[in-house]
Amino acid sequence: MTGAEGDGSASTEKMASAWAQVEGARHPDRPYSLDLIQRCLDDFIELHGDRQGGDDAAVVIGLARLGGRRLGVVANQKGRTLEERGRRNFGMAHPEGFRKAQRLFALAGRLEMPVVSFIDTPGAYPGVAAEERGQAWAIAQTLEAQLALPTPYLAVVIGEGGSGGALATLLADSVLILEHAFLSVASPEAAAAILFRDAGRKQSAAAALRLEAANLLEWGIADEIVPEPPGGAHTDWDATGALLRPRLEAKLEQLVKEGVNPTRRRERYRRLDGLFQL
Amino acid sequence: MSASPTYSQPPAATAEEDGVVVCAVCSSPQSSTEAAENLYVCPACGAHSRISAHERIRQLADPGTFKVWDVGLEGRDRLGFFDTRAYVERLDEARLRQHLPDAILSGAAEIGSIPVGLAAFDFGFLGGSLSTAVGERLARAIEASAESRVPFICVTSSGGARMQEGVFSLMQMAKSVSALHDLAERHLPYISILVDPTMGGSIASFAALGDVILAEPKAMIGFTGARVITQATYEQLPAGFQTSEFHHARGLIDQVVDRRQLREVVSNLLRVLSTSSGDTAQSAA
Repeated sequence: MTGAEGDGSASTEKMASAWAQVEGARHPDRPYSLDLIQRCLDDFIELHGDRQGGDDAAVVIGLARLGGRRLGVVANQKGRTLEERGRRNFGMAHPEGFRKAQRLFALAGRLEMPVVSFIDTPGAYPGVAAEERGQAWAIAQTLEAQLALPTPYLAVVIGEGGSGGALATLLADSVLILEHAFLSVASPEAAAAILFRDAGRKQSAAAALRLEAANLLEWGIADEIVPEPPGGAHTDWDATGALLRPRLEAKLEQLVKEGVNPTRRRERYRRLDGLFQL
Repeated sequence: MSASPTYSQPPAATAEEDGVVVCAVCSSPQSSTEAAENLYVCPACGAHSRISAHERIRQLADPGTFKVWDVGLEGRDRLGFFDTRAYVERLDEARLRQHLPDAILSGAAEIGSIPVGLAAFDFGFLGGSLSTAVGERLARAIEASAESRVPFICVTSSGGARMQEGVFSLMQMAKSVSALHDLAERHLPYISILVDPTMGGSIASFAALGDVILAEPKAMIGFTGARVITQATYEQLPAGFQTSEFHHARGLIDQVVDRRQLREVVSNLLRVLSTSSGDTAQSAA
């Protein structure tokens, strides 16, 4: 392999493709979770708080309807104005945000409601307060809560799917991903800092990580790519919602019909990488 | 990540040519024989050096009881990954150096004559990072313990995800947590022991979910490494940030245990946990 930066990591073409995916997912005019919830679900009612002392605005939970069914909704939420970005912490959850998600999973299980999650986060918040309050423990418990959810569960990656923070609302029975969204083990900047000791080599890292939606589909981590309007979701929020809504409705209907259960969901994530099938 | 600059360097002792080991923290010398007898803990200052998975199992399991699981299970380079070197080269080199197929060793053992499933991470193998093969070995060890109706003990020392396996590494968090359900379903205990360092995807999945969580003194434990936090937020780090003691004070770890007492503490835990509950609703019926 010939590396564009002399490291053999990726061709210029591969870097451009991977980086376009990242830039598309991070476009400042891209519809965020609440923009798509408004366009894809009916009668959304937001709920607040983790019932343990916090209400993290980086995570939104609530109730809604779709195709005559009631749903639990959990979403990462970024802010658009300067004020809202601060309040939403750029969509990066603290432990309270993960515990808020756990509350939604528990609520949905108790009331036998399917869950739809919207993923759009650079990752869990990397700060002192988050660590002090058990960030890692909160994420681990949220993974467990998802795998124990007794009702059908559908996830859709609508923008950035960053690391463990994204995984906390991704372990669904079926995973959809928008055409220009991505899922990655670490942000390209963090991966570049680790691999090349240089966060500036983010394009090489993005290419090496092969984080594009098409790869996730090929590997079975995502089940379906949802097309975006020509030019990308940021060009037309209504059109994006109109493309996504029928896919959510159809997938949810399918999951309800199949009668999914936690055993099957755990089996999916136990066998997902397909390398060691017995 | 062996190449990762994210986490602090170990308080590792360095072996001199004449068989003298010098503590990396206080510079006290001891002979290599003494160092082994002291379980690689400095007798002068108590610093715990990082040890291999093989050494960890030697220290914890009753002599002669360890029977390794999944000997031949190796991962592969799914992404064709190349950063500053080819991932396959890094893997081959680590396998030779650490005498392990990947960053974890697991098997059946006895501790204080109680049969257990035992897994130990090897930080010397690409930073104990969570590869597909590590996740698979871990999941199989959990399932084998559940199958044999024995408690499961995991000693984690891991930098987190293995970048070179991209999203497959991330998904090992889900895999390990899925497998843990087998133990819960059979009401079998899981003891998680956190050792310097336990970071990122490892502590944010299986390692944080122990029924009982122990940690060695002054181990670095956390989701995001201190260097990354400082770079991202410019925050001042409090004293003792992300040490075992820091998390213990915040209710996240049950006990901080000196390595020289670890085997006894685990053995006592196992003795209590292996005693029948006798009068639970199910058995009373």
